[in-house]
Amino acid sequence: MSVNPEIQGRSYPTTEPYLVGREKVREFSRAVLSTSPINLDPEAARAAGYADVVAPPTFPVVVQEHTLAQLLGDPDAGIDFSRVVHGDQRFSYTRPIVAGDELTATMTVTSVKSLGGNSMVTASSEIVDASGAHVVTAISTLVVRGDES
Amino acid sequence: MSTLPDRSALAVGDVVAESSFGLTRDNLVRYAGASGDFNPIHYRDDVAASVGLPGVLAHGMLTMGFAVQPVVEWLGGDSGKILDYQVRFTRPVVVDPETGAVVSVTAKVGALDDAGARIDLTVSYNGQTVLGKAQAVIALPA
Repeated sequence: MSVNPEIQGRSYPTTEPYLVGREKVREFSRAVLSTSPINLDPEAARAAGYADVVAPPTFPVVVQEHTLAQLLGDPDAGIDFSRVVHGDQRFSYTRPIVAGDELTATMTVTSVKSLGGNSMVTASSEIVDASGAHVVTAISTLVVRGDES
Repeated sequence: MSTLPDRSALAVGDVVAESSFGLTRDNLVRYAGASGDFNPIHYRDDVAASVGLPGVLAHGMLTMGFAVQPVVEWLGGDSGKILDYQVRFTRPVVVDPETGAVVSVTAKVGALDDAGARIDLTVSYNGQTVLGKAQAVIALPA
């Protein structure tokens, strides 16, 4: 099984709304070893001008995960999960995520390349809030190892 | 409460933050739960060995997550000033069941413009870098 090059340009259905919970943000913040009061303490976040605790920079991966599951679960894409390695990751923000946000994500496969027997699949997930305004774009490149490696 | 760094005092090449993080298997389990990434190569030695890995690995996204924390601290804790953050995963971090792993982070000013700064991270474990092109763009107007 190899990656179907025709998935380049394909978009997937927008995910169900993800409600960002305060305790989830605090749990994630502790897990990435954050000590920042605005990630952990609603009062400190409000004092700094935010509506509630602010999610750490890599938190959008939790929402993006639902879009990557669509890609890995698409039989037409031909991606064997057991051969997938995370190649790179990027988050580009319009504004930080705060507890209370209701987020949806829409993923597009922006590139499929072959390189030395491996396939490199780049997927860009646009994450927007309940009003439809852009919050952050999460971009992953997945390296799918070829059969011979 | 937070105090942003003095933009006018910054120059390309300045080291703005340095830190090291001691990881244990506990950290991996905690990250798995918080992130929802339950791939067993991050907590089961037998599964890691069966796919040819040298041991249980830290989630790349965990390393990406804590590697930026020294920058957040330098920003007076205001993680909301980070506009863009990217990394390339170049080497795995093997977390020993007894001794864990120590990952060190050095954050340097990579570029400056009117809107802010690009901070370049050097993230190392066992004397080798584990992330490539690790860059955070921060809003810090001149």
